[in-house]
Amino acid sequence: MGQYLILIYTDEPSWATFGEQEIGAVMAAHQSFGAKHGAALRGRGWLHPTATATTVRRPDGPRRDDFTAGEDALVTDGPFLETKEVLGGYYVVEAPDLDTALAIARDVPEPFGGVEVRPLRPTGSE
Amino acid sequence: MTDPALAVADAHRREWASVLAATVRVTRDLDLAEECVQEAYAQALVAWRYAVPARPGAWLTTAARRRALDHHRHAAVAQRALPLLVVDEVAPEPAGPPPDDLLALLFTCCHPALTAEARVALTLRLLGGLSTPEIARAFLVSEPTMAARLTRAKKKIAAAGVPFRVPASDELPRRLGGVLAVVHLVLTTGHTAPTGAALVRDDLLDRAHDLARLLRSRFPDDPDVAGLLALVLLTDARRATRTDPDGGLVLLADQDRSRWDAAMIADGRALVLEALAARPVGRYAVLAAIAAVHADAPSFDATDWPEIVGLYDVLAARWPSPVVDLNRAVAVGFADGPEAGLAALDALTGEPRLAGYGYLAAARGELLRRAGRPEEARTALEEAAALAGNDAERDLLDRRLEAVEG
Repeated sequence: MGQYLILIYTDEPSWATFGEQEIGAVMAAHQSFGAKHGAALRGRGWLHPTATATTVRRPDGPRRDDFTAGEDALVTDGPFLETKEVLGGYYVVEAPDLDTALAIARDVPEPFGGVEVRPLRPTGSE
Repeated sequence: MTDPALAVADAHRREWASVLAATVRVTRDLDLAEECVQEAYAQALVAWRYAVPARPGAWLTTAARRRALDHHRHAAVAQRALPLLVVDEVAPEPAGPPPDDLLALLFTCCHPALTAEARVALTLRLLGGLSTPEIARAFLVSEPTMAARLTRAKKKIAAAGVPFRVPASDELPRRLGGVLAVVHLVLTTGHTAPTGAALVRDDLLDRAHDLARLLRSRFPDDPDVAGLLALVLLTDARRATRTDPDGGLVLLADQDRSRWDAAMIADGRALVLEALAARPVGRYAVLAAIAAVHADAPSFDATDWPEIVGLYDVLAARWPSPVVDLNRAVAVGFADGPEAGLAALDALTGEPRLAGYGYLAAARGELLRRAGRPEEARTALEEAAALAGNDAERDLLDRRLEAVEG
Protein backbone atom coordinates (compact mmCIF):
# COMPACT_ATOMS: atom_id res chain seq x y z
CA MET A 1 0.00 0.00 0.00
CA GLY A 2 1.26 3.45 -0.88
CA GLN A 3 -0.06 6.95 -0.60
CA TYR A 4 -0.66 9.27 -3.51
CA LEU A 5 -1.22 13.01 -3.53
CA ILE A 6 -3.81 14.11 -6.07
CA LEU A 7 -3.12 17.76 -6.89
CA ILE A 8 -6.06 19.61 -8.40
CA TYR A 9 -5.02 22.29 -10.87
CA THR A 10 -7.60 24.88 -11.85
CA ASP A 11 -8.01 28.13 -13.78
CA GLU A 12 -9.01 30.84 -11.33
CA PRO A 13 -10.51 33.42 -13.72
CA SER A 14 -12.86 30.75 -15.09
CA TRP A 15 -14.50 30.37 -11.69
CA ALA A 16 -15.74 33.97 -11.98
CA THR A 17 -17.88 32.87 -14.91
CA PHE A 18 -19.65 30.32 -12.69
CA GLY A 19 -22.83 31.27 -10.85
CA GLU A 20 -23.71 30.21 -7.34
CA GLN A 21 -25.68 27.25 -8.61
CA GLU A 22 -22.83 25.93 -10.76
CA ILE A 23 -20.33 26.31 -7.93
CA GLY A 24 -22.76 24.46 -5.70
CA ALA A 25 -22.89 21.64 -8.21
CA VAL A 26 -19.08 21.28 -8.16
CA MET A 27 -19.12 21.22 -4.37
CA ALA A 28 -21.79 18.53 -4.45
CA ALA A 29 -19.66 16.54 -6.88
CA HIS A 30 -16.74 16.70 -4.43
CA GLN A 31 -19.05 15.41 -1.71
CA SER A 32 -20.12 12.48 -3.89
CA PHE A 33 -16.44 11.81 -4.64
CA GLY A 34 -15.71 11.75 -0.90
CA ALA A 35 -18.60 9.37 -0.30
CA LYS A 36 -17.52 7.02 -3.09
CA HIS A 37 -13.82 6.89 -2.19
CA GLY A 38 -14.03 7.57 1.56
CA ALA A 39 -12.30 4.29 2.39
CA ALA A 40 -9.19 5.35 0.46
CA LEU A 41 -9.12 9.03 1.51
CA ARG A 42 -6.41 10.02 3.99
CA GLY A 43 -6.62 13.78 3.63
CA ARG A 44 -8.08 16.60 1.61
CA GLY A 45 -7.77 20.34 1.28
CA TRP A 46 -9.51 23.15 -0.55
CA LEU A 47 -7.32 26.23 -0.98
CA HIS A 48 -8.27 29.91 -0.89
CA PRO A 49 -7.41 31.69 -4.17
CA THR A 50 -3.76 32.51 -5.00
CA ALA A 51 -4.54 36.20 -4.25
CA THR A 52 -4.39 35.20 -0.58
CA ALA A 53 -0.98 33.49 -0.91
CA THR A 54 2.22 34.77 0.72
CA THR A 55 5.65 33.52 -0.35
CA VAL A 56 8.65 33.19 1.95
CA ARG A 57 12.11 32.81 0.36
CA ARG A 58 15.72 32.97 1.44
CA PRO A 59 17.10 36.35 0.39
CA ASP A 60 20.43 34.93 -0.81
CA GLY A 61 19.46 32.21 -3.30
CA PRO A 62 20.40 28.55 -3.04
CA ARG A 63 22.55 27.48 -0.10
CA ARG A 64 24.05 24.09 0.70
CA ASP A 65 24.68 24.72 4.39
CA ASP A 66 21.73 26.74 5.63
CA PHE A 67 18.30 25.48 4.59
CA THR A 68 15.88 27.89 6.25
CA ALA A 69 14.98 31.48 5.41
CA GLY A 70 15.07 32.51 9.08
CA GLU A 71 15.00 36.14 10.14
CA ASP A 72 16.26 37.51 6.82
CA ALA A 73 13.36 35.91 4.95
CA LEU A 74 12.09 37.67 1.87
CA VAL A 75 8.33 37.79 2.32
CA THR A 76 6.28 38.70 -0.74
CA ASP A 77 2.63 38.82 -1.70
CA GLY A 78 1.43 36.14 -4.13
CA PRO A 79 2.07 32.49 -5.04
CA PHE A 80 5.54 30.93 -5.37
CA LEU A 81 5.04 30.44 -9.11
CA GLU A 82 2.98 32.67 -11.38
CA THR A 83 1.23 30.20 -13.65
CA LYS A 84 -2.07 30.16 -15.49
CA GLU A 85 -3.20 26.91 -13.92
CA VAL A 86 -2.83 26.97 -10.16
CA LEU A 87 -3.16 24.53 -7.31
CA GLY A 88 -6.73 24.70 -6.05
CA GLY A 89 -6.87 21.74 -3.70
CA TYR A 90 -5.70 18.22 -3.08
CA TYR A 91 -6.65 14.78 -1.90
CA VAL A 92 -4.38 12.22 -0.24
CA VAL A 93 -5.42 8.66 -1.07
CA GLU A 94 -4.10 5.28 -0.05
CA ALA A 95 -3.91 2.80 -2.92
CA PRO A 96 -2.14 -0.50 -3.62
CA ASP A 97 -0.80 0.68 -6.98
CA LEU A 98 -0.85 3.45 -9.57
CA ASP A 99 -3.75 1.94 -11.53
CA THR A 100 -5.98 2.14 -8.45
CA ALA A 101 -4.84 5.71 -7.73
CA LEU A 102 -5.52 6.73 -11.35
CA ALA A 103 -8.98 5.18 -11.20
CA ILE A 104 -9.73 7.39 -8.16
CA ALA A 105 -8.17 10.43 -9.87
CA ARG A 106 -10.52 9.98 -12.84
CA ASP A 107 -13.43 10.65 -10.47
CA VAL A 108 -12.08 13.95 -9.07
CA PRO A 109 -14.38 16.81 -10.15
CA GLU A 110 -12.57 19.77 -11.71
CA PRO A 111 -14.36 21.81 -14.39
CA PHE A 112 -11.46 23.96 -15.67
CA GLY A 113 -8.19 22.11 -15.18
CA GLY A 114 -7.06 18.63 -14.30
CA VAL A 115 -5.30 16.64 -11.67
CA GLU A 116 -1.76 15.39 -11.18
CA VAL A 117 -1.09 12.16 -9.31
CA ARG A 118 2.17 11.92 -7.37
CA PRO A 119 3.37 9.04 -5.23
CA LEU A 120 4.23 10.11 -1.67
CA ARG A 121 7.47 8.81 -0.24
CA PRO A 122 7.01 6.75 2.89
CA THR A 123 7.77 8.78 6.01
CA GLY A 124 8.29 7.83 9.64
CA SER A 125 10.22 5.00 11.20
CA GLU A 126 10.57 2.43 8.41
CA MET B 1 27.71 -32.44 -29.79
CA THR B 2 25.74 -29.22 -29.87
CA ASP B 3 27.59 -25.93 -29.83
CA PRO B 4 26.61 -24.40 -26.47
CA ALA B 5 27.06 -20.86 -27.79
CA LEU B 6 24.54 -21.54 -30.56
CA ALA B 7 22.12 -23.15 -28.12
CA VAL B 8 22.42 -20.19 -25.76
CA ALA B 9 21.94 -17.71 -28.60
CA ASP B 10 18.88 -19.62 -29.73
CA ALA B 11 17.49 -19.66 -26.19
CA HIS B 12 18.17 -15.94 -25.89
CA ARG B 13 16.13 -15.33 -29.00
CA ARG B 14 13.26 -17.64 -27.98
CA GLU B 15 13.14 -17.56 -24.19
CA TRP B 16 14.52 -14.21 -23.03
CA ALA B 17 11.15 -12.54 -22.43
CA SER B 18 9.55 -15.49 -20.60
CA VAL B 19 12.60 -16.07 -18.41
CA LEU B 20 12.81 -12.39 -17.53
CA ALA B 21 9.07 -12.09 -16.82
CA ALA B 22 9.16 -15.10 -14.48
CA THR B 23 12.20 -13.65 -12.72
CA VAL B 24 10.59 -10.23 -12.28
CA ARG B 25 7.88 -11.89 -10.22
CA VAL B 26 10.58 -13.07 -7.79
CA THR B 27 12.85 -10.00 -7.70
CA ARG B 28 10.06 -7.40 -7.94
CA ASP B 29 12.81 -5.20 -9.41
CA LEU B 30 13.35 -4.83 -13.17
CA ASP B 31 17.09 -4.07 -13.04
CA LEU B 32 17.83 -6.91 -10.67
CA ALA B 33 15.78 -9.30 -12.80
CA GLU B 34 17.72 -8.32 -15.93
CA GLU B 35 21.00 -8.85 -14.08
CA CYS B 36 19.95 -12.30 -12.83
CA VAL B 37 18.77 -13.40 -16.29
CA GLN B 38 22.01 -12.23 -17.88
CA GLU B 39 23.93 -14.22 -15.28
CA ALA B 40 21.77 -17.27 -15.99
CA TYR B 41 22.62 -17.07 -19.71
CA ALA B 42 26.33 -16.73 -18.86
CA GLN B 43 26.03 -19.78 -16.62
CA ALA B 44 24.35 -21.70 -19.46
CA LEU B 45 27.35 -21.11 -21.74
CA VAL B 46 29.39 -23.26 -19.36
CA ALA B 47 26.74 -25.66 -18.10
CA TRP B 48 25.39 -26.57 -21.53
CA ARG B 49 28.83 -27.60 -22.84
CA TYR B 50 28.01 -31.32 -22.58
CA ALA B 51 24.25 -31.35 -22.88
CA VAL B 52 21.62 -28.78 -23.66
CA PRO B 53 18.63 -29.25 -21.32
CA ALA B 54 15.41 -30.53 -22.82
CA ARG B 55 13.59 -27.38 -21.73
CA PRO B 56 16.13 -24.54 -21.95
CA GLY B 57 13.60 -21.92 -20.82
CA ALA B 58 12.77 -23.79 -17.62
CA TRP B 59 16.49 -24.34 -16.93
CA LEU B 60 17.24 -20.64 -17.40
CA THR B 61 14.26 -19.57 -15.27
CA THR B 62 15.36 -21.80 -12.41
CA ALA B 63 18.93 -20.50 -12.66
CA ALA B 64 17.83 -16.86 -12.80
CA ARG B 65 15.42 -17.27 -9.88
CA ARG B 66 18.13 -18.95 -7.81
CA ARG B 67 20.41 -15.97 -8.51
CA ALA B 68 17.58 -13.66 -7.48
CA LEU B 69 17.17 -15.39 -4.13
CA ASP B 70 20.94 -15.07 -3.50
CA HIS B 71 20.75 -11.36 -4.27
CA HIS B 72 17.76 -11.00 -1.97
CA ARG B 73 19.69 -12.57 0.87
CA HIS B 74 22.61 -10.17 0.34
CA ALA B 75 20.37 -7.15 -0.05
CA ALA B 76 18.06 -7.96 2.85
CA VAL B 77 19.81 -5.58 5.20
CA ALA B 78 20.61 -2.91 2.62
CA GLN B 79 18.35 0.11 2.46
CA ARG B 80 16.34 0.11 -0.77
CA ALA B 81 16.28 3.34 -2.76
CA LEU B 82 13.05 2.43 -4.57
CA PRO B 83 9.97 0.51 -3.52
CA LEU B 84 9.49 -3.02 -4.82
CA LEU B 85 7.27 -3.59 -7.85
CA VAL B 86 3.61 -4.13 -7.06
CA VAL B 87 3.06 -7.83 -7.81
CA ASP B 88 -0.19 -9.60 -6.96
CA GLU B 89 -0.14 -12.60 -4.65
CA VAL B 90 -0.76 -15.79 -6.58
CA ALA B 91 -2.89 -18.58 -5.23
CA PRO B 92 -0.79 -21.77 -5.12
CA GLU B 93 -1.57 -24.34 -7.79
CA PRO B 94 -3.93 -26.02 -8.43
CA ALA B 95 -6.22 -23.38 -6.87
CA GLY B 96 -5.91 -21.02 -9.83
CA PRO B 97 -4.32 -20.80 -13.26
CA PRO B 98 -0.64 -19.83 -13.22
CA PRO B 99 -0.10 -16.08 -13.64
CA ASP B 100 0.69 -14.81 -17.14
CA ASP B 101 4.00 -13.15 -16.29
CA LEU B 102 4.92 -12.52 -19.91
CA LEU B 103 1.72 -10.60 -20.60
CA ALA B 104 2.01 -8.75 -17.27
CA LEU B 105 5.51 -7.60 -18.27
CA LEU B 106 4.22 -6.37 -21.63
CA PHE B 107 1.40 -4.35 -20.04
CA THR B 108 3.84 -2.90 -17.49
CA CYS B 109 6.20 -1.78 -20.27
CA CYS B 110 3.30 -0.23 -22.24
CA HIS B 111 1.66 1.54 -19.29
CA PRO B 112 0.02 4.87 -20.23
CA ALA B 113 1.82 6.61 -17.34
CA LEU B 114 5.05 6.24 -19.40
CA THR B 115 5.92 8.32 -22.47
CA ALA B 116 5.35 6.68 -25.86
CA GLU B 117 9.13 6.66 -26.45
CA ALA B 118 9.76 4.94 -23.13
CA ARG B 119 7.07 2.33 -23.77
CA VAL B 120 8.58 1.14 -27.02
CA ALA B 121 12.14 1.28 -25.67
CA LEU B 122 11.25 -0.76 -22.56
CA THR B 123 9.32 -3.28 -24.64
CA LEU B 124 12.27 -3.83 -26.98
CA ARG B 125 14.64 -4.09 -24.05
CA LEU B 126 12.67 -6.26 -21.63
CA LEU B 127 10.59 -8.37 -24.02
CA GLY B 128 12.80 -8.18 -27.11
CA GLY B 129 16.12 -8.62 -25.31
CA LEU B 130 17.69 -5.87 -27.44
CA SER B 131 20.67 -3.97 -26.06
CA THR B 132 20.56 -0.26 -25.29
CA PRO B 133 22.82 0.63 -28.29
CA GLU B 134 20.57 -1.39 -30.62
CA ILE B 135 17.47 0.43 -29.40
CA ALA B 136 19.22 3.80 -29.53
CA ARG B 137 20.16 3.23 -33.19
CA ALA B 138 16.59 2.32 -34.10
CA PHE B 139 15.22 5.59 -32.76
CA LEU B 140 17.88 8.08 -33.82
CA VAL B 141 19.10 8.93 -30.34
CA SER B 142 22.50 8.60 -28.68
CA GLU B 143 23.25 5.67 -26.38
CA PRO B 144 23.43 7.83 -23.23
CA THR B 145 20.07 9.39 -24.12
CA MET B 146 18.46 5.97 -24.58
CA ALA B 147 20.11 4.63 -21.40
CA ALA B 148 18.73 7.62 -19.46
CA ARG B 149 15.29 7.09 -20.98
CA LEU B 150 15.24 3.44 -19.88
CA THR B 151 16.52 4.24 -16.39
CA ARG B 152 13.97 7.00 -15.90
CA ALA B 153 11.10 4.77 -17.03
CA LYS B 154 12.15 1.94 -14.71
CA LYS B 155 12.42 4.39 -11.81
CA LYS B 156 8.97 5.72 -12.49
CA ILE B 157 7.49 2.21 -12.62
CA ALA B 158 8.95 1.47 -9.18
CA ALA B 159 8.37 4.83 -7.47
CA ALA B 160 4.88 5.49 -8.81
CA GLY B 161 3.71 1.92 -8.27
CA VAL B 162 2.95 0.88 -11.87
CA PRO B 163 1.71 -2.66 -11.20
CA PHE B 164 3.17 -5.84 -12.74
CA ARG B 165 -0.22 -7.13 -13.82
CA VAL B 166 -2.54 -7.82 -16.74
CA PRO B 167 -5.29 -5.15 -16.42
CA ALA B 168 -8.73 -6.19 -15.26
CA SER B 169 -11.39 -6.70 -17.92
CA ASP B 170 -12.99 -3.24 -17.48
CA GLU B 171 -9.68 -1.56 -18.25
CA LEU B 172 -8.34 -4.09 -20.72
CA PRO B 173 -9.73 -2.73 -24.03
CA ARG B 174 -8.19 0.72 -23.47
CA ARG B 175 -4.87 -0.70 -22.32
CA LEU B 176 -4.67 -3.24 -25.14
CA GLY B 177 -4.89 -0.39 -27.65
CA GLY B 178 -1.74 1.12 -26.15
CA VAL B 179 0.12 -2.20 -26.41
CA LEU B 180 -0.92 -2.61 -30.06
CA ALA B 181 0.38 0.89 -30.84
CA VAL B 182 3.80 -0.06 -29.45
CA VAL B 183 3.94 -3.24 -31.55
CA HIS B 184 2.88 -1.26 -34.65
CA LEU B 185 5.68 1.23 -34.02
CA VAL B 186 8.20 -1.62 -33.74
CA LEU B 187 6.90 -2.95 -37.07
CA THR B 188 7.07 0.36 -38.96
CA THR B 189 10.50 1.23 -37.53
CA GLY B 190 11.84 -2.19 -38.54
CA HIS B 191 10.21 -2.08 -41.98
CA THR B 192 11.90 1.18 -42.98
CA ALA B 193 14.83 2.09 -40.76
CA PRO B 194 14.85 5.84 -40.04
CA THR B 195 18.65 5.90 -40.15
CA GLY B 196 21.75 3.92 -41.05
CA ALA B 197 22.88 1.83 -43.97
CA ALA B 198 20.19 -0.84 -44.14
CA LEU B 199 16.58 -0.40 -45.21
CA VAL B 200 15.26 -3.11 -42.91
CA ARG B 201 16.00 -3.86 -39.27
CA ASP B 202 15.55 -7.64 -39.05
CA ASP B 203 15.74 -7.63 -35.26
CA LEU B 204 12.83 -5.19 -34.94
CA LEU B 205 10.69 -7.04 -37.49
CA ASP B 206 11.30 -10.34 -35.67
CA ARG B 207 10.26 -8.73 -32.38
CA ALA B 208 7.10 -7.25 -33.94
CA HIS B 209 6.32 -10.74 -35.17
CA ASP B 210 6.82 -12.33 -31.74
CA LEU B 211 4.79 -9.67 -29.93
CA ALA B 212 1.88 -9.81 -32.38
CA ARG B 213 1.81 -13.62 -32.11
CA LEU B 214 1.96 -13.43 -28.32
CA LEU B 215 -1.04 -11.09 -28.29
CA ARG B 216 -2.92 -13.30 -30.74
CA SER B 217 -2.35 -16.35 -28.50
CA ARG B 218 -3.71 -14.44 -25.50
CA PHE B 219 -6.58 -12.54 -27.21
CA PRO B 220 -7.72 -14.89 -30.00
CA ASP B 221 -11.09 -13.15 -30.40
CA ASP B 222 -9.90 -9.54 -30.53
CA PRO B 223 -10.30 -8.08 -34.06
CA ASP B 224 -7.63 -5.38 -33.54
CA VAL B 225 -5.12 -8.04 -32.51
CA ALA B 226 -6.08 -10.06 -35.61
CA GLY B 227 -5.68 -6.93 -37.75
CA LEU B 228 -2.24 -6.14 -36.36
CA LEU B 229 -0.94 -9.70 -36.77
CA ALA B 230 -2.31 -9.69 -40.34
CA LEU B 231 -0.47 -6.43 -41.01
CA VAL B 232 2.77 -7.88 -39.60
CA LEU B 233 2.47 -11.05 -41.70
CA LEU B 234 1.48 -9.35 -44.96
CA THR B 235 4.18 -6.71 -44.60
CA ASP B 236 6.85 -9.16 -43.54
CA ALA B 237 6.03 -11.71 -46.26
CA ARG B 238 7.85 -9.37 -48.67
CA ARG B 239 10.95 -8.86 -46.49
CA ALA B 240 13.32 -11.05 -48.54
CA THR B 241 12.47 -9.26 -51.79
CA ARG B 242 12.60 -5.66 -50.58
CA THR B 243 16.38 -5.45 -50.90
CA ASP B 244 18.78 -6.80 -53.52
CA PRO B 245 21.87 -8.85 -52.57
CA ASP B 246 23.84 -5.60 -52.08
CA GLY B 247 21.28 -4.15 -49.69
CA GLY B 248 19.80 -1.85 -52.35
CA LEU B 249 16.09 -1.01 -52.12
CA VAL B 250 13.80 -2.86 -54.53
CA LEU B 251 10.45 -1.14 -55.06
CA LEU B 252 7.15 -2.99 -54.91
CA ALA B 253 6.88 -2.75 -58.70
CA ASP B 254 10.20 -4.59 -59.18
CA GLN B 255 9.98 -7.22 -56.44
CA ASP B 256 10.08 -10.92 -57.36
CA ARG B 257 6.60 -11.92 -56.25
CA SER B 258 7.36 -15.63 -56.54
CA ARG B 259 9.68 -15.20 -53.54
CA TRP B 260 7.04 -13.67 -51.29
CA ASP B 261 6.29 -15.94 -48.33
CA ALA B 262 3.12 -17.73 -49.42
CA ALA B 263 2.40 -19.25 -46.01
CA MET B 264 2.59 -15.87 -44.28
CA ILE B 265 0.34 -14.34 -46.94
CA ALA B 266 -2.24 -17.12 -46.53
CA ASP B 267 -2.28 -16.68 -42.74
CA GLY B 268 -2.42 -12.91 -43.11
CA ARG B 269 -5.28 -13.05 -45.59
CA ALA B 270 -7.40 -15.21 -43.26
CA LEU B 271 -6.72 -12.82 -40.37
CA VAL B 272 -7.64 -9.76 -42.47
CA LEU B 273 -11.03 -11.23 -43.27
CA GLU B 274 -11.58 -11.93 -39.59
CA ALA B 275 -10.52 -8.39 -38.59
CA LEU B 276 -12.59 -6.71 -41.32
CA ALA B 277 -15.75 -8.44 -40.03
CA ALA B 278 -15.70 -6.32 -36.85
CA ARG B 279 -17.82 -3.17 -36.51
CA PRO B 280 -16.53 -0.54 -36.43
CA VAL B 281 -13.59 -1.67 -38.54
CA GLY B 282 -10.21 -1.08 -36.87
CA ARG B 283 -7.30 0.84 -38.32
CA TYR B 284 -4.89 -2.11 -38.41
CA ALA B 285 -7.50 -4.15 -40.32
CA VAL B 286 -7.68 -1.49 -43.05
CA LEU B 287 -3.88 -1.16 -43.25
CA ALA B 288 -3.63 -4.95 -43.47
CA ALA B 289 -6.32 -5.00 -46.16
CA ILE B 290 -4.18 -2.66 -48.28
CA ALA B 291 -1.21 -5.00 -47.83
CA ALA B 292 -3.48 -7.93 -48.75
CA VAL B 293 -4.51 -6.32 -52.05
CA HIS B 294 -0.83 -6.00 -52.97
CA ALA B 295 -0.14 -9.58 -51.85
CA ASP B 296 -2.98 -10.89 -54.00
CA ALA B 297 -1.91 -9.09 -57.18
CA PRO B 298 -0.13 -11.43 -59.63
CA SER B 299 1.93 -8.47 -60.87
CA PHE B 300 2.35 -4.78 -60.09
CA ASP B 301 0.38 -3.75 -63.19
CA ALA B 302 -2.43 -6.13 -62.27
CA THR B 303 -2.85 -4.49 -58.81
CA ASP B 304 -6.43 -3.53 -57.99
CA TRP B 305 -5.60 0.19 -57.56
CA PRO B 306 -9.22 1.42 -57.31
CA GLU B 307 -9.65 -0.98 -54.35
CA ILE B 308 -6.53 0.48 -52.72
CA VAL B 309 -7.77 4.05 -53.28
CA GLY B 310 -11.06 3.01 -51.64
CA LEU B 311 -9.23 1.62 -48.59
CA TYR B 312 -7.21 4.83 -48.27
CA ASP B 313 -10.52 6.72 -48.42
CA VAL B 314 -11.68 4.71 -45.37
CA LEU B 315 -8.44 5.55 -43.55
CA ALA B 316 -8.66 9.25 -44.48
CA ALA B 317 -12.25 9.45 -43.23
CA ARG B 318 -11.72 7.69 -39.91
CA TRP B 319 -8.04 8.39 -39.10
CA PRO B 320 -7.07 11.44 -41.17
CA SER B 321 -3.36 12.18 -41.56
CA PRO B 322 -1.27 13.87 -44.26
CA VAL B 323 0.72 10.64 -44.74
CA VAL B 324 -2.52 8.78 -45.55
CA ASP B 325 -3.41 11.54 -48.05
CA LEU B 326 0.03 11.19 -49.64
CA ASN B 327 -0.30 7.41 -50.01
CA ARG B 328 -3.79 7.87 -51.39
CA ALA B 329 -2.46 10.31 -54.01
CA VAL B 330 0.16 7.76 -55.11
CA ALA B 331 -2.57 5.11 -55.46
CA VAL B 332 -4.70 7.57 -57.48
CA GLY B 333 -1.66 8.04 -59.74
CA PHE B 334 -1.81 4.33 -60.62
CA ALA B 335 -5.61 4.03 -60.71
CA ASP B 336 -6.33 7.13 -62.81
CA GLY B 337 -2.95 8.10 -64.28
CA PRO B 338 -0.06 10.38 -63.24
CA GLU B 339 -1.86 13.68 -63.89
CA ALA B 340 -4.68 12.67 -61.52
CA GLY B 341 -2.08 11.65 -58.93
CA LEU B 342 -0.30 14.98 -59.27
CA ALA B 343 -3.61 16.82 -58.81
CA ALA B 344 -4.22 14.87 -55.59
CA LEU B 345 -0.67 15.69 -54.43
CA ASP B 346 -1.14 19.41 -55.16
CA ALA B 347 -3.70 19.56 -52.37
CA LEU B 348 -0.92 18.53 -49.97
CA THR B 349 1.79 21.07 -50.86
CA GLY B 350 2.14 23.54 -48.04
CA GLU B 351 0.95 20.95 -45.50
CA PRO B 352 3.28 21.83 -42.61
CA ARG B 353 3.33 18.29 -41.21
CA LEU B 354 4.82 17.03 -44.52
CA ALA B 355 7.58 19.67 -44.64
CA GLY B 356 10.88 17.77 -44.68
CA TYR B 357 9.10 14.48 -45.42
CA GLY B 358 11.14 12.94 -48.23
CA TYR B 359 8.37 10.65 -49.51
CA LEU B 360 6.32 13.65 -50.70
CA ALA B 361 9.12 14.83 -53.01
CA ALA B 362 9.85 11.23 -54.08
CA ALA B 363 6.19 10.60 -54.97
CA ARG B 364 5.99 13.88 -56.90
CA GLY B 365 9.20 13.10 -58.77
CA GLU B 366 7.96 9.68 -59.79
CA LEU B 367 4.56 11.01 -60.95
CA LEU B 368 6.24 13.83 -62.91
CA ARG B 369 8.58 11.33 -64.59
CA ARG B 370 5.63 9.18 -65.64
CA ALA B 371 3.78 12.29 -66.82
CA GLY B 372 6.71 13.09 -69.13
CA ARG B 373 7.95 16.17 -67.26
CA PRO B 374 11.67 15.29 -66.72
CA GLU B 375 12.95 18.71 -65.61
CA GLU B 376 10.47 18.98 -62.73
CA ALA B 377 10.95 15.29 -61.93
CA ARG B 378 14.70 15.83 -61.54
CA THR B 379 14.24 18.70 -59.07
CA ALA B 380 11.76 16.70 -56.97
CA LEU B 381 13.95 13.56 -56.86
CA GLU B 382 17.00 15.60 -55.86
CA GLU B 383 15.01 17.04 -52.99
CA ALA B 384 13.84 13.56 -51.95
CA ALA B 385 17.40 12.15 -51.97
CA ALA B 386 18.53 14.98 -49.69
CA LEU B 387 15.78 14.10 -47.21
CA ALA B 388 16.09 10.28 -47.24
CA GLY B 389 16.80 8.61 -43.89
CA ASN B 390 18.80 5.50 -44.81
CA ASP B 391 21.41 4.76 -47.46
CA ALA B 392 19.25 2.20 -49.29
CA GLU B 393 16.54 4.78 -49.96
CA ARG B 394 19.11 7.40 -50.96
CA ASP B 395 20.76 5.04 -53.45
CA LEU B 396 17.45 4.15 -55.05
CA LEU B 397 16.56 7.83 -55.52
CA ASP B 398 19.96 8.46 -57.08
CA ARG B 399 19.34 5.57 -59.52
CA ARG B 400 15.90 7.03 -60.36
CA LEU B 401 17.53 10.40 -61.00
CA GLU B 402 19.94 8.84 -63.48
CA ALA B 403 17.00 7.16 -65.22
CA VAL B 404 15.16 10.42 -65.82
CA GLU B 405 15.61 11.45 -69.44
CA GLY B 406 16.73 15.01 -69.56
